[in-house]
Amino acid sequence: MTMAAVLALAVGVFLVRLAGPVMRSRIKVTERSETLMKRGATVVLAALVVTGALFTDGAFAGWALPAGVLVGGVLAWRRAPILVVVIAAAGTTALLRLAGIA
Amino acid sequence: MRHLIPDRLGSLAARFVDRGVLRDSAALIAGLFIVGVSFGAVATAEGVPWWQAAAMSLFVFAGASQFATLGILAGGGGLLAGVAAGLILNLRHVPYGLAVGDVYWTSLRAKLIGTHLLVDHTAAFALAAGSDRTRARKAFWTVGIVLFLMWNAATVIGAFAGQLITDPKAFGLDATLPVILLALVLPSMRDARTLLAALLGTAVALATSLYLPAGIPVLLALIGLVVMWRGTGRNRTERAEATA
Repeated sequence: MTMAAVLALAVGVFLVRLAGPVMRSRIKVTERSETLMKRGATVVLAALVVTGALFTDGAFAGWALPAGVLVGGVLAWRRAPILVVVIAAAGTTALLRLAGIA
Repeated sequence: MRHLIPDRLGSLAARFVDRGVLRDSAALIAGLFIVGVSFGAVATAEGVPWWQAAAMSLFVFAGASQFATLGILAGGGGLLAGVAAGLILNLRHVPYGLAVGDVYWTSLRAKLIGTHLLVDHTAAFALAAGSDRTRARKAFWTVGIVLFLMWNAATVIGAFAGQLITDPKAFGLDATLPVILLALVLPSMRDARTLLAALLGTAVALATSLYLPAGIPVLLALIGLVVMWRGTGRNRTERAEATA
């Protein structure tokens, strides 16, 4: 890896991050477009969680990771504090792996 | 005079820090720390000098993109291919910026720093604050600053001591980052149309995950937003009926 790659990625990533708010400041934000944009980001995050829990490096991640995320999700749905959600998720994943389930 | 500085710090903290969010982001630290350490460790294992890994974390500050670019370059891929993979993974920040960009779009300094701090978790915390702009602003800055400090410290620690720390999968720590995002987006799923859009979008992302380059499937999830068009139609008829 070279410093040129680091800087090229840094500039590129900054411009990608800049694109959203710049577009946003150029349109007239109505209540409807606000809902659309918020919902869009929420949908992307939801898809990121599910695909990230099921696949790593282009292959099935195994059962332990999605099971842990699912347990955390159920607790979060029942309004458990985030710390409890995280400990339950990590604990489930770790115990399943300990039991030999990938 | 002696009291002036702590007072200033106190008022700065009151303006930018949300205690609840700070408590919640404590859970983030463990998960992000292990990812940062493993980034530093992988970079060192690939023969990247520690200061280059540190510079990458400092100037790029995007975990998935850093891993992707590092992986391709270390595997002998060209600079263009490496940077392109990192950027494609990063494209999801465009919808994030559209949704929460107003939170830090104030002074020039805030715009520049805020743009650099836009990541999955800052976007999710700001979104979770809903229409409360003060809370969204505090959540964004609190999480952003905590994550930035952690990420950079973890990278350096990993570059030097990565081999001392076992697999990131140990203790199930790889489950922490996704489950925090999940906990943050779940409350908005109580809205039926958001839930429908998310389910449809996630199905699209899953169906394409094994065929498209990483980063594209989550963007295709935006297709799920089509449920809103049907929604407007119904709202319009409802409105029409109400006025009739």
